Amino acid sequence: MKEHIIEFKNISKSFGDKCILNDVSLNVKKGEFLTILGPSGCGKTTLLRLLAGFGSPDSGEILINGENITDFPPHLRPVNTVFQRYALFPHLDVYENIAFGLKLQKMPTDAIDKRVRNVLKMVSLTDYEDRDVESLSGGQQQRVAIARAIANQPKVLLLDEPLAALDLKMRKDMQIELKEMHKKLGITFVYVTHDQEEALTLSDTIIVMNEGKIQQIGTPTDIYNEPQNAFVADFIGESNILNGKMIKDKLVEFVGHEFECVDEGFGENVDVDVVVRPEDIYIMNKVEGAQLTAKVKSCTFKGVHYEMFVDTDKGYELMIQDYNAFEPDSEVGLLIRPADIQVMHKERTCNTFEGEMVDETHVKFLYETFECLPQSGFAAGDKVKVEVAFSKIDLIDHPEDGMLSGDVYFLLYKGDHYHLTIMTDDGDHIWVDTNDIWDKGDLVGINIAPQDIKIVKCND
Amino acid sequence: MTKRSTWALPYAIFLVFFVALPLCLIIFYAFQDGAGNFTLDNFTKFFTDADAIGTFALSLEVAIENTAICILLGYPAAWILANKKLNKSAVTIVLFILPMWINALMRTLATAELFHMLGIQLGKGTLLIGMVYDYLPFMIYPIYNILNKMDKSYAEAAADLGATPWQVFWKVQVPLSMPGVISGVMMVFMPTVSTFAISEFLTNNKIKLFGTIIQENINSSMWNYGAALSLVMLVIIGITSLLQDNKKEDVSGGIV
Amino acid sequence: MKRFFAQCYIWLLLIVLYAPIVFIAIFSFTESKVLGNWTGFSTKLYSNLFTGDMQGTGSLMLAIENTLIIALIAAIVSTVLGTIAAIGIHNMRGKTKQAITFMNNIPMLNPDIITGVSLFLLFVFLHISQGYATVVLAHITFCTPYVVLNVLPRLTQMNPNIYEAALDLGATPFQALRKVLLPLLKPGMISGFILAFTMSLDDFAVTFFTRGTIGLDTLSTYIYTDARKGGLTPELRPLITLMFVGILILLIVINIRNIRNSKKEE
Repeated sequence: MKEHIIEFKNISKSFGDKCILNDVSLNVKKGEFLTILGPSGCGKTTLLRLLAGFGSPDSGEILINGENITDFPPHLRPVNTVFQRYALFPHLDVYENIAFGLKLQKMPTDAIDKRVRNVLKMVSLTDYEDRDVESLSGGQQQRVAIARAIANQPKVLLLDEPLAALDLKMRKDMQIELKEMHKKLGITFVYVTHDQEEALTLSDTIIVMNEGKIQQIGTPTDIYNEPQNAFVADFIGESNILNGKMIKDKLVEFVGHEFECVDEGFGENVDVDVVVRPEDIYIMNKVEGAQLTAKVKSCTFKGVHYEMFVDTDKGYELMIQDYNAFEPDSEVGLLIRPADIQVMHKERTCNTFEGEMVDETHVKFLYETFECLPQSGFAAGDKVKVEVAFSKIDLIDHPEDGMLSGDVYFLLYKGDHYHLTIMTDDGDHIWVDTNDIWDKGDLVGINIAPQDIKIVKCND
Repeated sequence: MTKRSTWALPYAIFLVFFVALPLCLIIFYAFQDGAGNFTLDNFTKFFTDADAIGTFALSLEVAIENTAICILLGYPAAWILANKKLNKSAVTIVLFILPMWINALMRTLATAELFHMLGIQLGKGTLLIGMVYDYLPFMIYPIYNILNKMDKSYAEAAADLGATPWQVFWKVQVPLSMPGVISGVMMVFMPTVSTFAISEFLTNNKIKLFGTIIQENINSSMWNYGAALSLVMLVIIGITSLLQDNKKEDVSGGIV
Repeated sequence: MKRFFAQCYIWLLLIVLYAPIVFIAIFSFTESKVLGNWTGFSTKLYSNLFTGDMQGTGSLMLAIENTLIIALIAAIVSTVLGTIAAIGIHNMRGKTKQAITFMNNIPMLNPDIITGVSLFLLFVFLHISQGYATVVLAHITFCTPYVVLNVLPRLTQMNPNIYEAALDLGATPFQALRKVLLPLLKPGMISGFILAFTMSLDDFAVTFFTRGTIGLDTLSTYIYTDARKGGLTPELRPLITLMFVGILILLIVINIRNIRNSKKEE
């Protein structure tokens, strides 16, 4: 237990109706470089802010070195933050910015002087003491922000997307420097980013978050090679995410073919998600000996490798990365090794909503009353479970023409169709399988035909 | 953190006490007679008094005329000032802003003195000219401000699409500068319609404006009637301010 | 050619606009009682102004003193009240924020006469005898919104993490306010103060309605009463001239400062 410098225990936090963090528990080892990775709005910044003391959780505890600091104000916490847009004090010069915290501690002047020069050297900004912070470039401001935070010698350094405002080249350089700095300082870094590549490069441990929940915790290799769900697989790197069926242990079916795999314990004939990384599909000119054949649709040079989209013999689209180019329209053979197939439990197999019978042919769920086929065995007011298959939800262009309206929140391409997550205007999720092309953020109307609404008695 | 929103509390109380309550009192007094009973007499008195209605109409007329003249004279001036090709000096801009900083009574007195000196009979003509003198800078400044900030590429895009300079001006620059004109109208019309001292100086007390009647009634302790007249003016002001939408340009920016 | 006509128009307008003040300034250097009658160069009007030896009644110097003191108190109180309020408003959300910003706009939109009459009715309603205090309160009422309006943009443009950064580095909320927030708000507070000060200096209508009957005069009410007695007292000519020159210098200084600042930013 001692080696855990930070412990989050069952942290929940909402702003208004919106739940930002949902029962998050997490331990951080002393001295590690931990990255919290997730799309914007996933709660990662909120988690960091709770750790720094800007706001308090609705429930749960935060411990640093075993001490409960949940209600400590920021200035009493042994952590310092590098802010996203630096937050340097524009009325102070570089020296005064860095000395700010030290002066508050009433440190003797010569000690401050020494410390400031020391950290400036560490961020390679020697001789910049008297510069006006606004005259510095973005990269230099970033270094001053880091110097200012480490001058206080915190036990934990918090970094909130510190490289987001820099250009690509500068970002790469700073990544290396941050990594070195972490080694030199030997303190714990908690780093927040939405950039998966940054996370994979820098971290000892990555925490992938989405919608206020931790999706996966692991080393960069774990996260990349063995994503635990479709979200992680899609968010980290490029992937082919496909619907599959576990026939039996070590045998899985997807894209219309059966493949050997290494996964066990799913049961027989169970629906699963299958992830295959584009670089793990072997592509070759000869068709014999291949597990499946395909036709190349497009081929683009990406600098190091070629990225190709192929249509398989059973009509699925796959993304493939290879060092060799294959001409569009050419017939190719594909091979996937058992170890490169990642099988994951499906989070859900259809939409389920809590509902209430209105009368024989109407049921109310998601705050709307829907027409359904005549039901027997239910009385008005009965609580029921409503199930709707992903593919039976009808999306239309005009939100006002739908029973419900919402927007496309997240989308996955599954080889032959899109799997969309729709956020309704009331904040509920509906999952939809469709062949139509939608974009993230599109406003949609949602309709469900009476015959597609399946009503099940509530168990309790 | 959220606690700091309570810092606005003293000012909120102050506003309720010194802004909201006084405005309510105008309504309160307007519907009362001297003894404190509810009455509509103050309004009947106003609407049946030909003199009062005449003054009211004259005030509106002068305010509208003044505003119109200020737009006609001020818009070209603002346009020239904002046009880098026609005007390179910042001095002229400062010279147009300067009068806004000088006490309006003093400026008006100076204008009235000039009329005296030139032997011009004080009357409606001098009233209008004096008002234009007083308020022209308030029209020029917001229009200049918006024209100056306007992205040049709008005009270039219009020209690129085949608009003649004349068309660029009327179809692009004028519509885009409307918020400035509206700000200017607010800054000219409202003070003109409510002025009292200025009109007295400029007409040697010959012509009374609506503001003067309010002032006379309040000063002679006819508070209820004065309040009723103020309420009428408030309605006019309210209607005028509907002109301006919520996304108003910051017209005060840059004076200091 | 176009430029020539444009410049002609501008300068013509300026000449007409400035004619009254220029004549006032010229005739401030002669003793003549009426404008336009040059009776030889003299600085007597200036010395009269400063020694208080005047033909008019009432004390002009006292009125000037009152004006300055009232403007100073109103501007200081408004700056403090408005800055605190701006910080509060900045941290507010939703309906309450809308309500208070709306109320803050009212004194700026209202014509002076309405502000004056409404405050007059307030003091009558509350049976507060009117005088110095009521004038100062009234001035604070219409000055504070300008301070709020000058400070608020500073807060919205400020990196929202600045205050948190100070806390993060070990400052108590009070230290963060004093060492970080206030220094950053200072420019907004200064321009708010200047605006409040000049607004108060220029005010006539609100003072007129809230000064009561104790004979309190500010410069504006003094001029008003004086002018109603019959034209412009000659001694006011040097006063107008001096104020004009003073403001001219102030504006030039401010503009030079602004140009310098914007050059520095580049």
